[in-house]
Amino acid sequence: MSRAPRQRNAHAGALRDAPAEAARSAGVDDARASVLGAIGWALARDFRVALRSKGELGVQLLFYVIVVTLFPLATSPSPEILATLGPGVLWTSALLASLLSLPRLFASDYDDGTLEQIALSPRPLVALVSGKMAAHWLTTGLPVAAMAPLLGSQYALETPMLGTLTASLLLGTPILSLLGAVGAALTLGARGGGTLLALLVLPLYAPVLIFGAGAVDAARAGVSATPHLSLLAAGLLLALVAVPFAVAAAVRIALD
Amino acid sequence: MLINWFRFSSPVSFYPLAGSWSYALGALAALLAGAGLVVGLWIAPTDATQGDAYRIIFIHVPAAWMAMFIYLVMAGWSAATLGFNTRLSAMMAQALAPTGALMAAIALWTGAFWGRPTWGTYWAWDARMTSTLILLFLYLGVIALRSAIEDPRRADRACAVLAIVGAVNVPIIYFSVQWWNTLHQGSSISLTAAPRMAMTMLAGILVMTAAAWCYAISVVLARVQAIIVERERGAGWLESLIDWRVGDDR
Amino acid sequence: MSPAILLEARRLAAQRGNARLFAGIEFTLATGEALVVTGANGSGKTTLLRIVAGLTIPAEGEIRWRGKATHPFDAHLREAVAFNGHSPALKDELSAEENLDAWTRLYDRRLAHERIVDALDGVGLFRQRRLPVRVLSQGQRRRIGLARLALVRRTLWVLDEPLTALDAQASGVLGALLDAHLDAGGLCVAASHQPLPIAADRARGLVLGEPA
Repeated sequence: MSRAPRQRNAHAGALRDAPAEAARSAGVDDARASVLGAIGWALARDFRVALRSKGELGVQLLFYVIVVTLFPLATSPSPEILATLGPGVLWTSALLASLLSLPRLFASDYDDGTLEQIALSPRPLVALVSGKMAAHWLTTGLPVAAMAPLLGSQYALETPMLGTLTASLLLGTPILSLLGAVGAALTLGARGGGTLLALLVLPLYAPVLIFGAGAVDAARAGVSATPHLSLLAAGLLLALVAVPFAVAAAVRIALD
Repeated sequence: MLINWFRFSSPVSFYPLAGSWSYALGALAALLAGAGLVVGLWIAPTDATQGDAYRIIFIHVPAAWMAMFIYLVMAGWSAATLGFNTRLSAMMAQALAPTGALMAAIALWTGAFWGRPTWGTYWAWDARMTSTLILLFLYLGVIALRSAIEDPRRADRACAVLAIVGAVNVPIIYFSVQWWNTLHQGSSISLTAAPRMAMTMLAGILVMTAAAWCYAISVVLARVQAIIVERERGAGWLESLIDWRVGDDR
Repeated sequence: MSPAILLEARRLAAQRGNARLFAGIEFTLATGEALVVTGANGSGKTTLLRIVAGLTIPAEGEIRWRGKATHPFDAHLREAVAFNGHSPALKDELSAEENLDAWTRLYDRRLAHERIVDALDGVGLFRQRRLPVRVLSQGQRRRIGLARLALVRRTLWVLDEPLTALDAQASGVLGALLDAHLDAGGLCVAASHQPLPIAADRARGLVLGEPA
């Protein structure tokens, strides 16, 4: 039983192009607002969609835990060996968990047609994909970084090293999300899906892995991890500034 | 001069040019390689520390350099593809990738054979070799992406983006691997440290590098011809190139 | 006031792989006009629409909007276009209301909740407005797409098979929307196997030939 139909007044008056055109000529402030608004829109939407499929998020986190648990089974449970392996295992597993979650970034939007609408909207695509990548990190990288201290103590890593581990993951996983997004966008609609994505993205991940795991290793050796963490931070800043443009270009290419 | 170049920017006019240059450079490459190998295998003296095993650097070093250069050239053509949307620049980038990958593979293979008699191990995770291995993965990624995307124009642009992203990352990767290596192995002898260069050794390497350049350009031009034929099939101008005197069934 | 020509297509050509889909397509469209593209399957209707919307790069030729040549994803064109493609472009996990709210915010500005509910009511989805789109039928999803056209003000509508999965009542809604849109000076380019539910004299035809 529907309500009585009401008159749709959306077309009252002459049609004109969207208000965004007027806003653009109004100055820089509006442009900045548009960029922030676009980031916020994409972040909020993706976050809400991700929360509605909590099962998927849980599976990715579980994957991380399982992989980290497998390594001692394959090597040895002795604390000395675990402490040596720990940084590398925890970081590599975080890398693989990130890889596993990457297709989710664009594939679902690509399949149901929403990615086209996003690309055709009057907002800057660079800002929109930035919002998407931010939401992706919040739902994958951040939980992994949060779990790491717990798993790190399984690997006989002491508290100061756990701090370094978490810091390195907090700095490094956003870079993984950013670089991975390039691969995810490029492989949209391509054969080979996830494995192709891994092949493209893993070589790019190597520096992040080196500095991230290296930071924890340095802490374990009693040396300052500041150089490693600074390099990670620098890499993160560079990636934040440059990568969204590459991702936006890749999305447009995929929609062609 | 500028007008002259753009005349060759269409596959139609570039095709015959590529053919003649390919033959010329191939012949030059053979000559240079012959000269370089003579220098490397006969004229250059035996090294004091490494004996005759070092001679493999006359192939290893040029190959490693070429692997790097070709990636940069490929990135350059990729930038042209994205900037000017020309077909030929994309075909050049497509043609460069397999040769670059081959150079990286040769560098890795010869490096392993250099390491075995000299340091007792085929693979020692030294900085240059590890970076070259990652470079090989980057090449394979570009090649894999191209074959994974159906539409040729889309594949052109996607591979262009990937090549440029890779090119920006290559210095970062080399730096980070170098960092990693010095931390873990200290300042021990690098596997790829060349012996102190006698003039003849240096000359030999330079000649072989020039030979590698000529070989690479020659092969890439031949491959571009094949790519042009494959992608322009159906276009009328190709028919006129075929010699109908052979097999008179028409 | 004579209608101004806003959309021009010149020498458009498109390829799929090595095969040429169409070439030499030219047309102009003025305010209040609709162009209906017809042709056999595979003749490139969707590709032509995507070129007009600014998604696909044509192999040759150009589109001019308001006299300016446009490249794909030009801001100039993006501010004017509403594209309804094959998919209804909805997130399964969100409700119809939430989807429309998201689209209006992105494309235009935040609308009062009432307006969105009204629009959904207008397409007969008042009761289903809070359900996740996942449970709606194809026809219902396409009706949400119609509501989106009504809510987001755009000058150029590019519609790919808009009548798919629409029942008679929904077709009537589409017809009313189109009429109002064209009356207000909007333009529409649509690909459709069936005739659009608007007055025949408003719709010009363009036929794409057989694929080579």
